[in-house]
Amino acid sequence: MTNSNQTLSTAEKVNQSLQKRYRAEKRFRAYGISAIAFGLLCLVVLFTDIISKGHSAFLQTYIKLEITFDPVEMGLDDPTDARQLAMADFDSLIRNALKEQFPEASDRRDRRALYAVVSNGAAFKLREQLKADPELLNQTVPVWMLADDDIDTYVKNREDAQGETFAGRISEKQMGWVNTLIENDQVESRFNTTFFTSGDSREPEQAGILGALMGSLLTLLVTILLSFPIGVAAAVYLEEYAPQNKFTDFIEVNINNLAAVPSIIFGLLGLAIFIGFFEMQRSLPLVGGLVLTLMTLPTIIISSRAAIKAVPPSVRDAALGLGASKMQMVLHHVLPLAMPGMLTGAIIGFAQALGETAPLLMIGMVAFVVDVPGAITDPATALPVQIFLWSDSPERAFVERTSAAIMVLLAFLISMNTLAIWLRRRLERRW
Amino acid sequence: MQAVNTPIQENEKLNANTNEAERKPSGAEQMNDSAAKVGKTVGKPFAKHPKMTMRNVDVFYGDKQAIHDVSLDIGKNEVVAMIGPSGCGKSTFLRCLNRMNDTIEICKVSGEIKLEELDVYHPKQDVVPLRARVGIVFQKPNPFPKSIYDNVAYGPRIHGLVERKTDLDEIVENSLRRASLWEEVKDRLHAPGTGLSGGQQQRLCIARTIAVSPEVILMDEPCSALDPIATAKIEELITELSEKFTIAIVTHSMQQAARVSHRTAYFHMGKLVEVNDTKRVFTNPEHELTEAYITGRFG
Amino acid sequence: MDFSQIFMVMAATIAMTFFLGRFRALKLGQAAGGRKSLNSLPAYYGSLMAMWCGIPCFILLALWMAFDDVIISQAIMQELPQAVLALPDSERGLIFNMISNIAENGARAGAEPYMVTAAERLQSLRETSQLILIACLASLFLIIMVVIWARMSAQTRARVQVENGFKWLLLICASIAIFTTAGIVFSVLFESIRFFQSVPITEFLFGMEWSPQMAIRSDQVGGSGAFGAVPLFAGTLLISLIAMIIAVPAGLMAAIYLSEYARPAVRSTVKPLLEVLAGIPTVVYGFFAALTVAPFIRDTGGLIGLSVSSESALAAGLVMGIMIIPFVSSLSDDVINAVPQSLRDGAYGLGATRSETIKQVVIPAALPGIVGGILLAVSRAIGETMIVVMAAGLAANLTANPLDSVTTVTVQIVTLLVGDQEFNSPKTLSAFALGLMLFTITLVLNYIALLVVKKYREQYE
Repeated sequence: MTNSNQTLSTAEKVNQSLQKRYRAEKRFRAYGISAIAFGLLCLVVLFTDIISKGHSAFLQTYIKLEITFDPVEMGLDDPTDARQLAMADFDSLIRNALKEQFPEASDRRDRRALYAVVSNGAAFKLREQLKADPELLNQTVPVWMLADDDIDTYVKNREDAQGETFAGRISEKQMGWVNTLIENDQVESRFNTTFFTSGDSREPEQAGILGALMGSLLTLLVTILLSFPIGVAAAVYLEEYAPQNKFTDFIEVNINNLAAVPSIIFGLLGLAIFIGFFEMQRSLPLVGGLVLTLMTLPTIIISSRAAIKAVPPSVRDAALGLGASKMQMVLHHVLPLAMPGMLTGAIIGFAQALGETAPLLMIGMVAFVVDVPGAITDPATALPVQIFLWSDSPERAFVERTSAAIMVLLAFLISMNTLAIWLRRRLERRW
Repeated sequence: MQAVNTPIQENEKLNANTNEAERKPSGAEQMNDSAAKVGKTVGKPFAKHPKMTMRNVDVFYGDKQAIHDVSLDIGKNEVVAMIGPSGCGKSTFLRCLNRMNDTIEICKVSGEIKLEELDVYHPKQDVVPLRARVGIVFQKPNPFPKSIYDNVAYGPRIHGLVERKTDLDEIVENSLRRASLWEEVKDRLHAPGTGLSGGQQQRLCIARTIAVSPEVILMDEPCSALDPIATAKIEELITELSEKFTIAIVTHSMQQAARVSHRTAYFHMGKLVEVNDTKRVFTNPEHELTEAYITGRFG
Repeated sequence: MDFSQIFMVMAATIAMTFFLGRFRALKLGQAAGGRKSLNSLPAYYGSLMAMWCGIPCFILLALWMAFDDVIISQAIMQELPQAVLALPDSERGLIFNMISNIAENGARAGAEPYMVTAAERLQSLRETSQLILIACLASLFLIIMVVIWARMSAQTRARVQVENGFKWLLLICASIAIFTTAGIVFSVLFESIRFFQSVPITEFLFGMEWSPQMAIRSDQVGGSGAFGAVPLFAGTLLISLIAMIIAVPAGLMAAIYLSEYARPAVRSTVKPLLEVLAGIPTVVYGFFAALTVAPFIRDTGGLIGLSVSSESALAAGLVMGIMIIPFVSSLSDDVINAVPQSLRDGAYGLGATRSETIKQVVIPAALPGIVGGILLAVSRAIGETMIVVMAAGLAANLTANPLDSVTTVTVQIVTLLVGDQEFNSPKTLSAFALGLMLFTITLVLNYIALLVVKKYREQYE
């Protein structure tokens, strides 16, 4: 009797607190969901922010002007003479074309504002055009020219969401001229090829990521060529050869610690050792690649070891039982079987290296480099560093270019990671 | 069978006075009751024409002694079965014969193991040529994840046994025929070896081992992962192979030992209890522990 | 011909010796009665040949590259006029740089006649050095090749030797981790010691003012700026703290939800999505912090009447926290999954709800692992560079107000070292001292964290 009474009262007690407990349960779940939601929200906001800022950089405003290749004005009489071509004054052609179309700009300040509508790189284009076709001399032809970055920004943002007029950094007069040009169908937005085909520039409309991209790829090339073989070799040693002793433990401790050392420290190492001690030049993809090699090695060693561990011991026994030597066992069986896993880990490591900025700053890959590097010993910058440099520039047009460069970088990283996942799904063997 | 039995009968004289003077007192004998009963090996551990001779072999894993003072011969073209309860050290002992235990760092072997005149554990002895002469087939079929052809061709390739592709083809075909696998796989030699059934895989592993033409083949419970039909095939194969090779087989199936072997060695707690002609072991064992085991009192 | 070309030619030649060795082995095999009579496969003889020819030649080349410049420049220096020799070291170095510039790019305006002579001498010495190097390499190579050719026999244990070489190669590769650590320690330690010679270590560690740029006012400490790192440490801690306040609850709760509540389908989509956050380069976070989050916080603060710096610690910390969420969540996920199911079953068996099981059983059991993960995350936050370089300030304010601008250790390292700088000024050296601090702190944190996690793992294995 007492017993059943007690059970009853326990059940009652449980039931009394049950609602409270379930509320707590719900709250707890809500915390979890909101934590995930917060993370995903951040991801969405980040991507939306970058894309909304950067998509416009893929378009570039061009202005059509009637250009007369006037030999007198240019100070050139033979367009096939490279020397004359180099000395010729193409700017005056553009100035004349603008003056002709907008005679109302008469005083010096207005004139200067008028001339600033077209990019100061347009003259190079005229030179190239004349060089390619000397027949153009003395002719008047319509030429599409790069607009200045401020004009570009204005044209792109002319009518923003609120229907208000956006002026940006251009004056009333410039706005008037541009509007006239737009009305005359002399303004066009085209795909921004410059962005993908040229190096850095002080002028946003002439700046491109090709130089930085090449710098990144060259740096990555050095990293891949060094860190993958060395990392795999180290992993093979630790998994297949290393005796259990203090020295092996010491190597392992070092690898684990290096994996968590801040990347900037590797930059200091590169600065002190490669540049300070070995007296290598600054800004070289070679040095950048060396630093990133040291940085990615721990990651690659750790993932390669995991891949080697996953190769079943029975395969090793089979090879050894047939009289294969250890090296044959490793090279013929263990490495081929571990390769997909090692590649997956390595690609993820390389993606990290591709996005790394801080150590490259240390070894001087922040220099302003206009030329597209062609070798690992040419001064270069890297894509993430270019993003860092541009994000510091005051011009509004650089903001969209920075975002666009980020989009390109993310595209590379996402494709590398997708490749890694694909490799893992496709090639990894289930034992 | 007659041809094999004769030398063994002659061995009896040899085995009658097992040299007691050579024996070392082993420290772990008082491990438990049954261990205390083991005493020295009874029966006839020695062969008249030995292919491999083992004398006073001790094996240690770190501080733990796994094999105590085992002396045994494996005669030419003889099939010796090693039986005993699990953990008795029979596999460990087998793997000493071609130094597969080298892969285990803490494993230390002392005593003498000889392949004819070759000292297996001589510090300067290279394991590669040794394993080419003493092949091994493992418990679980472990074909390489390569084609059937490459599996069999691998050994001859690494040992440089052939100079021409046609020679290699011949070796592969012969080995597969001897392993009675040829008819089943001749049309798909370049299909992956891992795609075969368990029994076929194990025969492939045997073909792979005999492709190197070893003198001795060690088999570590080769049928334990197979169904009865596949097992019967492998057992048949072992009998055929014994015409050409010397075979040492570890098995947990007493019937199997009885079917395929000429002599049987019974291991108990790391000690070799009894070695005798197979018939004798299973009909009239000399040692009480052997009797207890074969009558199923433990194991 | 420069070193890289010599290197290429040498590598190609050595690759050829592989075929030479193989050929020799085949001949030996024929003579001894077939390939089977060789000790090893012919390819091993080839590798053996290439190995023995290659290693000494590469060592010679490396030594030459390391020392020829030093020796040649010593020789040139001795021939310079007395007046130049009397100059202090740094100026002599400059003059030598000019000379080598002239040697490489031709005479420039402003070059003294003695410099031009020295440049010509330098040029000719360099050429001679290269010729000698090539001659040495060629003769070394030939001698070794002939000796090995002669000594090679069918009994040569080529495989064993090559395997040993292979093993050494692997060992060297594995030891690079040790060399890297040693390189880091030495590079930051030496420069730091030099720094502490001009600025006392106590002032660096406990000084309350950091202004390495100002070298004008002579009444300042050290006469060349103030090097008290406390404001930097405080700033670093403030930003890391903000980051952890964001990342730890969010990461931990996300991990708990994903491993204890979420259906497998949800888990397998949400987890990779969260990990995308970890794959985004820090420079992108920096850009996001500086151009989106910081203005947003400043404007929001303005609306409610707070004055927020446009480089507020809050913006940098917030974005850093977002970056660290997936890091915390994947580490916590690992440790939570390592808690044995039997513990959970025990709680469920008593009628505990899920959240009670998690709060009272899973979390306490996983706590050491989680703490270890958080320590690793803290060390990540302390060492993070780009976000703070782009979004935090340069001014070393000693404040606990998250709306103010603070600076961090990493920001200062970057600021002090980017661009050209003299190697010896305390300003440059102070960056290495900061690097030493950063390295030490992260090392200690990592070490403790790995130890804790390892202990925790062993407990359940």
